[in-house]
Amino acid sequence: MIIKGRIWKFGNDVDTDLIIPARYLNTTDPQELASHCMEDADKSFAGRVQPGDIIVAGRNFGCGSSREHAPVAIKSAGVSCVIAASFARIFYRNAVNIGLPILEAGESVQAIENGDEVEVDLATGKIRNLTHPATYQAAAFPSFMQQIIEAGGLINYVRERMAG
Amino acid sequence: MGMTITEKILAGHAGRERVAPGELVNCRLDLVLANDITAPLAIQEFRKLDLRKVFDPGRVVLVMDHFTPNKDIKSAEQCLVIREFAREFGIVNYFDVGAMGIEHCLLPEQGLVLPGDCMIGADSHTCTYGALGAFATGVGSTDLAAGMALGECWFKVPESMKFVFHGELRPWVGGKDLILYTIGQIGVEGARYRAMEFAGETIGALSVEGRLTMCNMAVEAGAKNGIVAPDDKTLDFVAGRKKREFQVYASDPDACYVEVYEYEAGQIEPQVAFPHLPENSRPVSEAAGIAVDQVVIGSCTNGRLEDLRTAAGILKGRRASSRLRLIVIPGTQEIYLQAMREGLLEVFVEAGAAVSTPTCGPCLGGHMGVLAHGERALSTTNRNFVGRMGHPESEVYLAGPAVAAATAITGYITHPEEVAQ
Repeated sequence: MIIKGRIWKFGNDVDTDLIIPARYLNTTDPQELASHCMEDADKSFAGRVQPGDIIVAGRNFGCGSSREHAPVAIKSAGVSCVIAASFARIFYRNAVNIGLPILEAGESVQAIENGDEVEVDLATGKIRNLTHPATYQAAAFPSFMQQIIEAGGLINYVRERMAG
Repeated sequence: MGMTITEKILAGHAGRERVAPGELVNCRLDLVLANDITAPLAIQEFRKLDLRKVFDPGRVVLVMDHFTPNKDIKSAEQCLVIREFAREFGIVNYFDVGAMGIEHCLLPEQGLVLPGDCMIGADSHTCTYGALGAFATGVGSTDLAAGMALGECWFKVPESMKFVFHGELRPWVGGKDLILYTIGQIGVEGARYRAMEFAGETIGALSVEGRLTMCNMAVEAGAKNGIVAPDDKTLDFVAGRKKREFQVYASDPDACYVEVYEYEAGQIEPQVAFPHLPENSRPVSEAAGIAVDQVVIGSCTNGRLEDLRTAAGILKGRRASSRLRLIVIPGTQEIYLQAMREGLLEVFVEAGAAVSTPTCGPCLGGHMGVLAHGERALSTTNRNFVGRMGHPESEVYLAGPAVAAATAITGYITHPEEVAQ
């Protein structure tokens, strides 16, 4: 799966309260969560993010609470992929489980700038910056995890397999 | 090569003789837990599986603690989803308003989680139960749904880090100060994906409640779990509460740790974590004089009886400063009742505190103490992220109950020894 999108840059330790503040956790509606995505980090994000856009962040992305609402909000906002130097473990697992592509790419991707257009090959983990030409290599998901992402998450993946 | 307590519990629940860090293992679960924020999503996913039952209605725990008593219509609707699910699937351990407590205070108190257990909870502070010598870790709602269906969960066996505390604690220093200090040393991702094992004579002398506080915040260093090997104190704690048998594990003397830290506990002052990360912990003396608008004493970190006793000991016969709001939240109904019998609630109310029914409310800016623009709180909770307790331009300082009580009296962040009677 090849993804192409414009970059939104964030720093280290982006916590789940920044991704979706707890005051909005009285709903599970994906669109409503999306409308508050990243609100306390960048108020303009939810209004300006375009389908296919990509988040690039630093270390420990998604630290804090276990709320699955965080990757749900990002995915529903139209973000196609999150690339970070590293992820907090609960967020990592939640993202896979709900079918949000994420790539752990070390510190080198920090050279990518806000607004750059980037192409990501999820099968190989190759990241190409089209605006400021450069290539980065992230660890690719093993094929079963790519299948979970393509199915739209773990539950769909299980149902498809049980039906198949 | 020996194994750590974490590795032994995972091996035992995977039907294996031994496991090594990095291995993927599928484990039998003794318990699965969700709350009023995470359960609705888990139920939504669980229902997609079209199952007629959960793996064991006695081993699924649902606690309505975050936005309860229902703070608004949307929260009420969320809780309704869970109530209906609990009835339909015969969930035995369903705790609603009047019976509920803050989940991580409630489960140990009710004897639902025991030494040697392997469990998951759709709440990041599920790592609290490591204090009883269990493997307990936070997961999201989809993993929880799968756990409710199968009674199993896969894990990557974490590497273990060991934190050894030597010596006697100074006055007014407790479990909260030790864990804030530790997170300050290693940072908020210092234990990412790893187990944090706490040991040493200081931990041995610490109460089970103090250990629960320490393991509670392991996730704030990125850890998968926190853990303390069971000892006589642990066994005494569970003796009157347990409703099933359990197994005690301990690390082998030749177990392998990726890192070992040794701390002289006697050198550690009461700690305060500055905004906006728990790793920004400093001795309280460096925070002295910072004015605060609200003090919160409670939460899954510090809402236990020992915490309330510590705070009441300082507040007895005193008034909280008129420039701040003091909010005290006993962690469970049982703690509330005992605090009432001991006269602690009277001390708080006479000090001008609002004493609330158990709820997570203010810790995550949900209700019962939300901060306005520019306001500052000192809180015994566990996170001081941007906007955590309300407005994104408010601030949270984290501390233990003694510093919180002292601060409530003066209105400024205060070392307890300055106001102690």
